[in-house]
Order: sequence, then structure tokens, then C-alpha cells
Amino acid sequence: MTLEAAILEKNDRLAAENRAWLAGREVLAVNLVSSPGAGKTALLERTIRDLGGELSIAVIEGDQSTTRDAERIRNAGARSVQINTGAGCHLEADMVRAALRELRPEPGTLVMIENVGNLVCPAMFDLGEGARVAILSVAEGEDKPIKYPHMFRSCDLMIVTKTDLLPHVDFDLDTCLAHARSVNPDIATLALSSRSGEGLEGWYDWLRAQCANLSAAAFA
Amino acid sequence: MHELAITRNIVAIVAERAEGRAVRRVRLEVGALSGVVPEAIRFCFDVVARGTVLEGAELEIIDVPGRGRCRACGEDVALEGLIGRCACGSSALDIIAGEELKIKDMELDMATNVETA
Repeated sequence: MTLEAAILEKNDRLAAENRAWLAGREVLAVNLVSSPGAGKTALLERTIRDLGGELSIAVIEGDQSTTRDAERIRNAGARSVQINTGAGCHLEADMVRAALRELRPEPGTLVMIENVGNLVCPAMFDLGEGARVAILSVAEGEDKPIKYPHMFRSCDLMIVTKTDLLPHVDFDLDTCLAHARSVNPDIATLALSSRSGEGLEGWYDWLRAQCANLSAAAFA
Repeated sequence: MHELAITRNIVAIVAERAEGRAVRRVRLEVGALSGVVPEAIRFCFDVVARGTVLEGAELEIIDVPGRGRCRACGEDVALEGLIGRCACGSSALDIIAGEELKIKDMELDMATNVETA
């Protein structure tokens, strides 16, 4: 009996539903992926503090356990919903759907989805996001994009974080960017420090441009 | 270990299409660039299939080789991984094969049917 069925058809279908739901509300969702400790939550805290007056930001936090990150986000001044995946190593579209129902973002909101810290499994699971962003800290090594090519291939943007540590680590930024482009010729790249503030304007401009594209598409 | 989640999807899709009949054999197509390790699916399959109509079914995995097309010169390049280089020197490649992740077909045990299963 012929099936010719995509194995991830259910997740892909739910992701497409999430994408349509978000587009209907002019809500931009950004899926943030990285290894544990790359600085996803620190970047979100800083972004909320700096852009909170300009953009409405809400966060979906994915972790295996605890609500620590959701609390950090709330302390920074944004609404957040925590998803605990238990043994699960990545977020799936149905979890994000449930979180969006709980979050009920107003039109124009920027929803940041902080995926489980893992450079392997989240690559395969579309959540319905408008953009996928990989975060890589200079403390991790410049060869991460070629060691985890599936993840970096699937991303629209790579952010190199913790650039304030560059004088203390053996990390060549140009080599890292070249590695990223070798697995994904279309990837955009930024380098910044959430601690010192260096390079953050580029990230904020990227977010503003994504939000503007979304509202332009809604009126097209 | 996303192969566990992927194997659960395989078993769920096949069980639904089998409509209660026992499944003898399942054939998958897994591309070399899909990000899935066939051995890990095999490892998970027997455990996930236990207690379902797929219990004891044979799992066959057809490997699909990776191919890229060079953006610079248009030539096709065989790819063993996501990083490759065309003979012309360019590494900007679009993947044209090897990302497959699908259930091709299944063989049912015709001795069972919906009523008796």
C-alpha cells in the first residue's frame, strides 16, 4: 500500500496553521535557537529593556524544566509563557499553538520563542515562525556552524554574542561567518554583546525591518 | 534525540492508515541530508511499535543520496553532507535531493481485518 507520506506532516500542518494565525494578527514570531548558555535569555532581557517602549514584546520560553527563564523575562518587563518539555529536546508546533492561545498577543506584537538549548533537534521542527535566528557565543568556538550544519542551514540570521569576551578567547569572527555562509549562503549575520551593548543597534534594526515587512505584507 | 519524536510520527501515521490491520513491513525514504540518523530510527522503532499494529513489523530504510546544484555554474554536485564545493570553486549550493523524510509504503497482513483486529 503506497503512502508517500511526509513523516513530519502533522508538525508541518500545525506550523502552517500557526503561521496563518500569526499573519492574521500581524504578529511576528521569531524562533531563537542555540546551544545551552549562548545567551538567548540575556539578549531577550536586554532587548525588552531597550525596545519595550517601542515594540510590544512577548516571550514563549521553552526549557526541559523550571520557570526560571519566564520569571527573568517578566522581571525585564514582558509577558511570558513557559513551556516545559520534560524529556523533550525541542519545541514542536502544537506546544507553540497552545502557548499562543494562552499568550493571546495583541496585533503588532513581537513574539520571541526561546527554543530549548540544543543545536540538533530544533532544526527539524517548524513552529510557524516568521524568522529563525541562531545564537552562538564567542566562548563556544567558531566552528559551531559546520559542526551543526542542519541548524545553521535552517536559520535566517546568525547572531554571534558575548563579543565583549573576544579579547579573552581564541575565536576568529571572520572564520565563524565564513563557516556559517558555507552551510547557508543566504544567512544574515550580526555580532553583539548584550552586556556592553556593542552591536545591539544592528539587531534592533533587523527586528524593526522584520516587523515592517510583516505589516507591509498585511496591507499588500 | 529527535529520532524518537520522528519514530513516534512514523508509527502514528502508519497505524492510522492501516485502520486496525496488522502491518508486516514499512518502507521509509531517508535522505542523507535530512538530519535524521537511520540507525537511531531503527533503535527506536521496535520500542515505539510495541503494543500497536506495527509490533513485529519489518522496517526498511531506503537511503537517498544528497545532491546540490551550484548557483554559480548550474552544475550538479554529489553531497555527503550539507557542506560541499562545486568543481568551479563555488560553495553556494542549493540542495536538490537528500532532504527526503517520508514513509514510502507499507505491507499489510491481509489475514487480519478491521473487524477481527
